[in-house]
Amino acid sequence: MEIVSSLKPVYALMAALTGCILVMLNGKRPNVREGCSVAAAVIMFMIVASMVPTVLAGQKILCPLFKIVPGVSVTLRVDAMSMIFALVASFLWIITVFYSMGYMRGLNEHAQTRFNACFALALFGAIGVAFSDNLFTLYLFYEVVSVCTYPLVAHHQDEEGYAGARKYIVYLTTTAKGLVLPAMILIYVLTGTLDFADNIRTGILPATANGTLVTVLYICCLLGFAKNGVMPFHNWLPGAMVAPTPVSALLHAVAVVKVGVFCTTRVMLYVFGVDLMSVLHLGIGTAYFVSFTIVMASVIALSKDNLKARLAYSTVSQLSYIILGVALLTPTGIEGGLVHIANHAFSKITLFFCAGAIYVATHKKTISEMGGLGRTMPFTFGAFAIASLSMIGAPPVAGFVTKWKLLVGAMEMDAHYFGILLVLLASTLLNVGYFAPVTYKAFFGKRPEGEVYEGIKEAPLAMVIPLMIAAVISVIIGIYPDFMMGFVKAVMR
Amino acid sequence: MDFLILNNGFPYLSVLIFLPLAGALALLFLPGDNTARWGALIVTCVTAIISLNLYSGFDPTTAKYQFGEHNAWFPALNICYTLGIDGISLLLVLLTTLLMPLCVLGSWKYIEKRVREFMICLLIMESSMLGVFMALDFVLFYILWEAMLIPMYLLIAIWGGPRKTYASIKFFLYTLAGSVMLLVAIIALYLKTGSFSIPNMMGKAYSVDFQYWVFLAFFLAFAIKVPMFPFHTWLPAAHVEAPTAGSVVLASVLLKMGTYGFLRFCLPITPVATYMFMPYILWLSVIGILYGGFTALAQQDMKKLVAYSSVGHMGFVTLGIFVLNKQGIEGAILQMINHGITTGALFLCVGMIYERTHSRELSKATGIGKYMPIYVTFLTFFSLSSLAFPGTNSFVGEFLILVGGFAKSIPVAACAIPGAVLAAAYMFRMLQKVVWGSERNPDQAWLKSMDLSVREIIILAPLLLFVLWIGLAPTPFLDVMHTSVTHLVAQVNVACLDSVRVVQVMGH
Repeated sequence: MEIVSSLKPVYALMAALTGCILVMLNGKRPNVREGCSVAAAVIMFMIVASMVPTVLAGQKILCPLFKIVPGVSVTLRVDAMSMIFALVASFLWIITVFYSMGYMRGLNEHAQTRFNACFALALFGAIGVAFSDNLFTLYLFYEVVSVCTYPLVAHHQDEEGYAGARKYIVYLTTTAKGLVLPAMILIYVLTGTLDFADNIRTGILPATANGTLVTVLYICCLLGFAKNGVMPFHNWLPGAMVAPTPVSALLHAVAVVKVGVFCTTRVMLYVFGVDLMSVLHLGIGTAYFVSFTIVMASVIALSKDNLKARLAYSTVSQLSYIILGVALLTPTGIEGGLVHIANHAFSKITLFFCAGAIYVATHKKTISEMGGLGRTMPFTFGAFAIASLSMIGAPPVAGFVTKWKLLVGAMEMDAHYFGILLVLLASTLLNVGYFAPVTYKAFFGKRPEGEVYEGIKEAPLAMVIPLMIAAVISVIIGIYPDFMMGFVKAVMR
Repeated sequence: MDFLILNNGFPYLSVLIFLPLAGALALLFLPGDNTARWGALIVTCVTAIISLNLYSGFDPTTAKYQFGEHNAWFPALNICYTLGIDGISLLLVLLTTLLMPLCVLGSWKYIEKRVREFMICLLIMESSMLGVFMALDFVLFYILWEAMLIPMYLLIAIWGGPRKTYASIKFFLYTLAGSVMLLVAIIALYLKTGSFSIPNMMGKAYSVDFQYWVFLAFFLAFAIKVPMFPFHTWLPAAHVEAPTAGSVVLASVLLKMGTYGFLRFCLPITPVATYMFMPYILWLSVIGILYGGFTALAQQDMKKLVAYSSVGHMGFVTLGIFVLNKQGIEGAILQMINHGITTGALFLCVGMIYERTHSRELSKATGIGKYMPIYVTFLTFFSLSSLAFPGTNSFVGEFLILVGGFAKSIPVAACAIPGAVLAAAYMFRMLQKVVWGSERNPDQAWLKSMDLSVREIIILAPLLLFVLWIGLAPTPFLDVMHTSVTHLVAQVNVACLDSVRVVQVMGH
């Protein structure tokens, strides 16, 4: 792979950081402040997008920054896999800035400056994770995301907010420090380096390494990046739903959870490598392990009446699709897993945006109160319906591409695929079970007794337009998946 | 004298020792509180500037002692005035000289009574601390080691908090008990070698029994100073009662004397005993790490919290030293510097809150984030550094120590990992309370106009610079110690291999 050296990834990071500083400096002038957020988001997206041709041409951008000790450095790299995540995150930041403007002003929330500043910092961390060239850089930005999103989760500063935020930080830092840190150090002891491999096959661990030790390290990495929502360390995610909805949307559908999944898959493919994982049967073990999460989270989602909680458990379940796909270790399976990073992001952010729009317009949180509301808020619930279809995996929405790839990927395996097919089938049915009733009730259900919906109309345009855009893109990448698949295919090369 | 590179030009080391002492003497004759403050500031700043020459003139390619000075002092007993620094002591000397101006600035308003006497004590402290790191003659070392005790005792006993008598006496007795054992070891070594020269005592083939006892004597002295569990109880008391500058000096420099002692004496002089006791000390370090972490988690007093966190951090340092490999020891030396910077900064931060609220209670300091944004920004960075956040100085140190630890023994290192998690727990707990609090915060609005002054920012900014500098580009700091540490590890390994061979030969 040809290596290009360029400072563009640094510029992308600086865009977010500068945005954060400008937001803090302009705290007293809301319009200027929001303007800075928008500018930072747009500039970052443009910088990221400007690297697309280089990456699609099969080149890799490297940018060494700091050298810590031999084999450990802060180095940025942009390759096809980083591009999938970086493009999605930076694009969704733009529409989320508009959406959160509508949401925060619509509800007259406090501390909007802090909110916007931390938002920019979280994106700084997320893009840093996408552009990491080694395990240390990855860990560094992973922790930056954990710390910078704490104020967002605790935003309301009430008992509930603090409790959720405490749970959030305890889960994430304990697993990162208790599992990832020792794994990282042992990998360094074994190999003398933390740099990722150049391809997804070889990994960096020597073939002579003790199999038991490698398995333990692998388990530490799988569970340690707890932002990936794999059970048993998934509980922070529903707890973090106390945050304002734009936070839930971007951070808990895109930036934070995708950081976790991205770290997990990055480490699976570029530290352990497909070859070693097959030899040690780590792939199939992981696939069945996360299958539990896929099914269980869906079952729990069925039981939730609070819309955001139901979405949270849906996220837990869907994130494991990504890991499942990669863990199949077959080419189509990995493609399906990686492309789901983008597919899930657009669809899930639509769903959260809808939940927020409903809350701003009606102050309703639970599904049982939303009967007949679809007729009053057709755009919001229309978008919700489209995104639900994507979650279920129905054509022609994005989720279908994933499900197709995962099914094909499972059947490419030599053995053991029957169970995986069963899991995918069961989870699809469960998805129908918990998403379809929401749409059905909204459009065809009865209004709750005594409810008149007087004066209720669609949420402000600043919210409805972003959610429509996200829904439309979910459809576009379902009908025309080639753009994202281009990057995924480049990963496989 | 082949171990010493004599310095025939400007006697940097002697100047560094005697300049603060001369400053202290001069202050005796200069009345006025402000004169004392400015005088002490100027003296410590000049000392700091002179000490920078040590870094630029240091030759990192040799393990010999540099900037050496050697004069006969008491010929009848073969006692000499020998000074020199190597890659192990260089950074500690620089840490001391660079911290002292900040200590003076940190006491600018905090100390209101007997300012002159306070500054004199600080300057005497500086002299003796620098001397301890530079002395290569055991008697000189011991005199300076003991000389530190008195000004430190006075700092706590005169300018301390409500329980200052208890704390100062406890500190004094503990340290003195250790020192007595050190003296015994020194005399025993003198009787074996006929000289007090420290480098001469290294690498000698002492019998295993002799090493065993000498090591234990050393160990007691230094373990109290570090302090290692279970000799740590003087530390929280002393820290809590000491004035801010006292706490900073105590945490940043005095604790390093213990670990410096391990590196300078235990490892090269009694390598076989070190090797034999290694497993016990490693586990003791792990206990210290966990104990410090758990206790810090339970504190309501911010100063106590930082003090117990020191017990945990120093546990990491002793762990790194006694894994006896290059990464571990380099990590330990770097962590000594890091702990000096970070914990020093945290004590300064706690002191700044105390100056405003006159309380160190966490509950009184909750929710000030909204009113003192500059302060909490600094506090956040130093807390993150303390919990070894990647990209800060402590991460590099802890990383190297754990690399050395995992290379030596996976169970020991794995048991230390929860200590790293605990560090995050107690630091985040403190940060959460100070920055955010809860819905029941006391009203802190009166602090609105009392955010950090320029003087306080000048104190904290250089420390923050070093936190990030060491965290992101530690090469300049690690480069100076490579040769000395390699030499030290070789000394220990050669001696241990020899003794193993002797044991095998005798066994057959």
